[in-house]
Amino acid sequence: MAKILEVKNLRTTFFTHLGEVQAVRGISFDLEEGDILGIVGESGSGKSVTSLSIMGLVDEPGRIVEGEVLFEGLDLTKLDQKEMSNYRGNEISMIFQDPMTSINPAFTVGNQLREVIMTHTGMNKEQAHQRALELLTMVGIPEPETRIKNHPYQFSGGMRQRALISMAIACNPKLLIADEPTTALDVTIQAQILELMRDLKTKINTSIILITHDLGVISEICNKVIVMYGGMIMEKADIISLFDNPQHPYTRGLMLSVPRNVTGKKARLIPIEGSPPDLMAPPSGCPFSPRCQHAMEICLKKAAPLFKISDTQEASCWLHHPDAPEVKGFVKVAGEK
Amino acid sequence: MFGYYLKRIFSAIVTLFIIATLTFFMMRAIPGGPFTREKALPDQIIAQLNAKYNLDDPVIVQYLNYMKGIATFNFGPSFRELGLTVNDLIRQGLPGSMKVGIVAVLMILVFGIPMGIISALKQNKPIDYTVMVLATIGVTVPSFVVATLYIYLISSRVSWIPITGLSNPIAFIGPAIALSGYSLSYVARLTRSSMLEVLRQDYIRTARANGLSETRVIGKHALKNALIPVVTYVGPMIAAILTGSFVVERIFAINGIGRYFVESVSNRDYTVIIGMTVFYAGLYIFMVLLVDIAYSFIDPRIKLGKRTGD
Ligand SMILES: Nc1ncnc2c1ncn2[C@@H]1O[C@H](COP(=O)(O)OP(=O)(O)O)[C@@H](O)[C@H]1O
Ligand SMILES: [Mg+2]
Repeated sequence: MAKILEVKNLRTTFFTHLGEVQAVRGISFDLEEGDILGIVGESGSGKSVTSLSIMGLVDEPGRIVEGEVLFEGLDLTKLDQKEMSNYRGNEISMIFQDPMTSINPAFTVGNQLREVIMTHTGMNKEQAHQRALELLTMVGIPEPETRIKNHPYQFSGGMRQRALISMAIACNPKLLIADEPTTALDVTIQAQILELMRDLKTKINTSIILITHDLGVISEICNKVIVMYGGMIMEKADIISLFDNPQHPYTRGLMLSVPRNVTGKKARLIPIEGSPPDLMAPPSGCPFSPRCQHAMEICLKKAAPLFKISDTQEASCWLHHPDAPEVKGFVKVAGEK
Repeated sequence: MFGYYLKRIFSAIVTLFIIATLTFFMMRAIPGGPFTREKALPDQIIAQLNAKYNLDDPVIVQYLNYMKGIATFNFGPSFRELGLTVNDLIRQGLPGSMKVGIVAVLMILVFGIPMGIISALKQNKPIDYTVMVLATIGVTVPSFVVATLYIYLISSRVSWIPITGLSNPIAFIGPAIALSGYSLSYVARLTRSSMLEVLRQDYIRTARANGLSETRVIGKHALKNALIPVVTYVGPMIAAILTGSFVVERIFAINGIGRYFVESVSNRDYTVIIGMTVFYAGLYIFMVLLVDIAYSFIDPRIKLGKRTGD
């Protein structure tokens, strides 16, 4: 499978007047064609900043300070805003968390949708209109002929998210990044939107990065997962390995802290004690160490590399080091990756 | 929609009625009258004058007569400008005030809004500081100072710029600057803060994420939303500016309506005061109505007659 996206040692920092907020601290991952990659982690772990970094949309005072974002081999971080805007909405699209505020209230849905189409395709207004109707139908908006003339306030939250998705997929992007696309929606609508995304993935043949703090969402549609914490990657795995055999204490903590109605088992919810690290002065070691029940001396000093557990799983935890004490469920591996 | 306009027009009439009534009785409540002079006139003459202008009728009769006049846009004779009616005064003064006013309004829109936008886009950069310092000066320095400075520094030194009157287009510059200074600065500040607010909105990020050019993001997506508060301010402001300014018209010796308005108050020229007040209020109400209509174009959530939220 061809790699569509390679993120290499990405570091994004906000230079605020209070100090440097190191939101993303040297993360690397690949996305292969056809993947639906989930990025999961508590709020504040750097998921949104990661996706905005890929899009080249990090706001002042933030900046990518290190690393590469290779899209089909081309480093996007080297492009200026104008060159980047040829990719955005065209080859790489993004949808956001809150459909209520993410769509411009002052223009009709049709106006905003046609604008995206005309910007990237050179269609005239009439052709763009036809394409817009097609897209609205594709994302499941009923009566598109009427709805296309509506203003966003006439749409419900779920319908707005559908409209925003229609803009994002207007030019058949190769990569679609969805940052918590269902978090702001009702549970029933959530399921519909996820269903729509799965459906679109095959229809327009796009790869997807789905950001969420909800492991349930991940288990429903992703085939690969990255677990992020404190701006770093804790664990990287395919979906089966991750749920069957989580290899990072943070991943385990996450799993114990969500209801497992997926498996039907009733279990007590165990919250992770403590709070996420202060990214202004991040701990020098593993960001999770202050909350980790297995934390060792080395964990506080030095973040673990990603240990390769299997062909489909890597985890950044010293427990995998051959010299580490035996902990039930954690695999020892010979060398660092 | 049509019903909405009827309702608005009806409520405008009621408002004007109340304003006229209040002005009428407030003027009578203050001691003295149009014929009060420092050197008192003989009682006989005053009685004659009062009789001539029906000021010896019971107040309620005067009131009814006056309201009848207003209903037919006949504001009655001036007590001070002999032989002239209030309608004459408005007819004489309005063109001068309007001409300067229109130039001032255009300056406010053409300079104020773009200055605000540029300032917002270059927030905390030298150009932003420059615009904001100018705008702060603009809202704090009174128009008579601006007018006097203009005359002192420019027109008294440059022979082809007339000091007073409206004899040629260049003569408009001074009065228009003096008249627009405050509002231009205010509009620039308002546009800037509104633009900064809008630029933080999620839909601006969406527009960028969809690959729209920065020109479109700012000039279309941000601007339309940012102009909403500006329109609110500009509507009534236009009414105020078109009706002239006593100070500016005085300094530049412009034959305008603003002068009559203020002079009528000190002269206790009842009919002129009420006539001007009703005229100004009518124009004001009309502008507010225009603002509402403009709103329904800018902000689709506002349907005329009702506001629908999310
Ligand atoms: N504009 C910004 N200025 C300063 N800090 C920011 C900004 N945006 C995000 N951050 C910080 O970056 C960190 C990661 O944020 P984010 O990526 O939004 O987290 P997530 O999406 O995982 O909830 C947070 O600590 C947040 O405070
Ligand atoms: Mg987020």
